[in-house]
Order: sequence, then C-alpha cells, then structure tokens
Amino acid sequence: MTRLITSGFSHFILFIGILIMIVPVWMIFASSTHTGLIINTQGLQMFLGDSFYENYLRVLLYKGGFFKEITALKMFLNSFIMATGVAILSVITSLMAAYALVYFRTKYATLLFWMIFVTILVPLELRIFPTYSVMAELNLVNSYFGLIVPISASAIATLFFRQFYKTVPDELLESAKLDGANTWRFFIDFLLPLSKTMIVAMLIFMFVFGYNQYLWPLLVTSSEQYWTVVMGLKMMSGSIVHRFAFVMMSMVPPILIIIVLQKHFIKGVFQDK
Amino acid sequence: MKKVQFKSSYSQYLFLAPQLGILLIFLYWPIIQTFRDAFTMQDAFGFGTQFVWFDNFLFIFDDPAYWIAFKFTIIYSFVITLITASIGLLLAVQANNVIHGKSAYKTLLIWPYAIAPAVVGVMANYFFSERFGLLYHLFNNLWGFNWYESVFDSYIYLIIAGSWKQISANFIFFLAGLQAIQRSVIEASMIDCKNSIRRFWTITFPLLMPTTFFLIIINITYAFFDTFGIIDTTTIGAPSGETRTLVYKAYMDGFRGLDLGSAGAQSIMMMFIVLFITIFQFRYIEGRIHYN
Repeated sequence: MTRLITSGFSHFILFIGILIMIVPVWMIFASSTHTGLIINTQGLQMFLGDSFYENYLRVLLYKGGFFKEITALKMFLNSFIMATGVAILSVITSLMAAYALVYFRTKYATLLFWMIFVTILVPLELRIFPTYSVMAELNLVNSYFGLIVPISASAIATLFFRQFYKTVPDELLESAKLDGANTWRFFIDFLLPLSKTMIVAMLIFMFVFGYNQYLWPLLVTSSEQYWTVVMGLKMMSGSIVHRFAFVMMSMVPPILIIIVLQKHFIKGVFQDK
Repeated sequence: MKKVQFKSSYSQYLFLAPQLGILLIFLYWPIIQTFRDAFTMQDAFGFGTQFVWFDNFLFIFDDPAYWIAFKFTIIYSFVITLITASIGLLLAVQANNVIHGKSAYKTLLIWPYAIAPAVVGVMANYFFSERFGLLYHLFNNLWGFNWYESVFDSYIYLIIAGSWKQISANFIFFLAGLQAIQRSVIEASMIDCKNSIRRFWTITFPLLMPTTFFLIIINITYAFFDTFGIIDTTTIGAPSGETRTLVYKAYMDGFRGLDLGSAGAQSIMMMFIVLFITIFQFRYIEGRIHYN
C-alpha cells in the first residue's frame, strides 16, 4: 500500500516536470498555427489553429535577411553542413589523438597530454576576437571551413575516447600483435569496431554542439549565404507567427536526433555495458 | 597507463598531427594573441600598438561595470546550479523510483537538453513580452513585475530562461548516477533504515556525491559561457547592464566598443576562473578511475 502511494507521488512529480518542459514549447507550436491577428489580439494560444501550412511554407521559402537573399531552407542546409562537419572532423581527430596518447610509449607522454587537455580550459568564447583575426588573415571568413574548423578545435571528445581506450583489455593488443597487426591495422580493424557505441555517442554530442552554435556563426558570417538557423533567429524579419514557426522548426533536428538515438547517446556517455 | 603499448614511432605523431595542427592554428595561436592584446593598447587612430604592462587589467578593475558583471555572473551561476541540480535530482529520484514507464519518462525529460540556448532565449522572450507574455502578466499582477526597469525582475527572467533546459542535463546525469548504485547497497540500507527520506540523505545522496560535484562544474560552465545566447536574445543586459555576464561584457567591449585590450584582459581573467574550476573537474574525473 505504501509502495502504491509513494509510486503515485513519483508519477505526480514526474508529470509536473514533463508539463514544465512541454507546455511552453506546445504553446509556441499551437500559436504558430494561427494568424498574426489572433496572436496580437488574444495572445499565445493553447489550441491549434488552421494556418499551419500557410505559415510554415512561407517561412521555409521566403527570402529574408537584410538583403533578402536567404531562405530558411538554405539556413537549415548551412546548419546541417556545419553540424555534420564539426561532428565528423572532431570525432576523427579525437579518435586518432586519443589512440596516440594511450597506445604509444613515449617520454613526451605527459607533455602531449597536457598540450591537448589544457585546451578544455579555453572555450571559443574566451578567444573569439583573436580567432576571428586568424580566420580573417587566412581568408576563411564566410566559408563552411570557417564555420566548422574553429568549433572542432576541442579536446572534449579526446578525453572521452581516452577514458574508453583505457578500459579496453590489454589482451586485445597482445593478440593483435601475435596476428602481426601494425599500428594502423590495430587501430582500424581492432579498436574502431570496439569503439562503435562511443563513436556514435560522440557524433551525436558534437552534432548538437555544432548545430547549437550562436556566437561564432554570428561573427564569422557577414554574408547571408552562410547564415545558420540558430543565429538566423535574431535576424529573421516577418510577422510574429512566422517567427514562432521558425523557432519551432529550428529545434526539430537536434531534438529528433537526441530522442531517436537516445540509447546510443546515454550508453556512450556513461559507458554503460 | 597501458602495460602493453606500441613503441613510439613516427606513426604516433601522424595520429596526433590532425588534432594538434587544428589546436595550434585555431586555439594556441589565438590564445597567444589574446595575451598580446591584454598587454598592449592601440592608439586612438589605430596606427600602432604600445606595450602597457597591466594597464588594461587595472582599467577593468577600476571599471564599476566590470564588477557589476562579475556580481551578476557569480549570482547567476550559483542560482542556476542550485535550481537545476535540485529539480534534476528530484525528478531523477522519482524516475528511479517508479517501476512502470521509466524509459518513457526518460525520453520525455531528456529532449530539452538538445535545444540551443539562443532558441530557449527567443522562446522565453515570448513568455516575458510586455504585449502578450503570460509570465510577464502573471508576475506583474503578483508584484508589479517589470524586467525593463527592475534589476531583480530581470534576474528572475534570466534565471527562469537559463534554468529551463539545464534541468534536463542534471536529470540525465543524476539518473545515471542513481542507476549505478549497487542493488545490494540499497537492499541492505532498507533493512537498516525504514524511513525512506532519511535513507536517501544518509545512504543514497553521499553515494551520488561524485555526480553532484561533476554537475556543479557542468552547471557553472554552462552559466558562464552557454548563457551568452540566452542573454543576447532576451534582456541584452537590461535594465542597464546589470544582467550581463563576464563573457557577454567582454564580447560587447570587444565588438561594439572595439576595445581589444580590455576584451583580452577580461578573457584572461576568465581563463583564471575557469582554470580554478577545471582543477576540481580533473580531480573528479581522475578520482573516478581509481574508484572503479
């Protein structure tokens, strides 16, 4: 009986928690399906209206921005390119660097370790203007390269891969050596297949990280052709319902990825076996 | 470290080269320039720079606006950490407690983690707008809430906007921490202590300490850096600069004010604060390995 009461209480608390998360997003979604007139006269809406297709199609295809050069569709493409680029580049470089740190004997091990990990101390926000000048000198402002590479200069994934490699039994390398595997063969044929869960988790993590960037795209893209979704939020003109629709669409890709790949993500980050 | 390793060879450096190369060009080089900026001053016409020792640092210490941003950053990270960790822990304990629907609850509470801070800010904007913001009018009826003019009210606005999505991250980590506690420990404690609330605080919570500690650091770094997008889409520092974090102020001084010397000095101050926090972080992570 007490068991029933306490579990009823738990469900109640969780229900409230879920309401706090869902209601604000739902209200913006419901409001995005009405006309601007209704929002302006009656405020945010709780129930769906009938301007869904009209509002969302207009937002996707309308050319916005200062020079009316970019559509939301193009911004989504840019965000997708940026997020995918960040995920792939940082995961590949981190996998390799962590491998070099864990599986090789060298007298410079400590120095190399600190050279990589001290970088976690300095998020992009702290070196934003000098990074911008470097990009300007290298002529990389307004390019996908400029959006992707400075964001990928991160050792967080290296830290996770290093921790993971340390839990791999020594016998794996011993048997690989007996099979005559060299450093590249061992990395590609033995270690990578074993790290699959961790790789997927880090790809998700870095994709969301790249997609959600706001300040850096704002600074490094003066040309509207390279605007991303998250930074475009502040730039978009249009009526209030179109902005609601844009906000709703902007959060769909990362939420979808987290929900669909939830199991892999949690498995990797917490190294659940 | 591993007992069995490869001997150091050129291929080790081939594996390191991509990451080290990117870090050198896009991280180390800019950091060196940050230090150069912090110790130099550009003359008014931009013709040359002059080495000025610690003048930029003395200047920011003398600037009341710096200490206002400092105060806000400390209060903001403290309150956000407190709120998101306690709500996250409360939800995680309940989710760990239920038998049915555990994974459904997990899914329903995990997704706000994925939303960009700037998007959260734009959403919060709609709930706190004077025209049709529900929370604006609710609070306004309660105590005359007006974040355009009251510092306290603008704090409330940013604390709500900043906490919302971060509850998810706290929930995920606490739930993982709770599930990692061994079944036998819980069962033994159930025999020894019948009071479930006391059992939680004397047995379960101490076992969650590593997670709690880790989350405190995660939340502080979130409040320091990730809230830039929230502030820039909500108060923009309103009423008059009281709701700017240190990062936001440094950016504004560098970008709007074109004062790179001051921005550099402020960045270096932040690096020291983060260094301080990260030392703890490393102790936690390294400590965990020995623990396992």
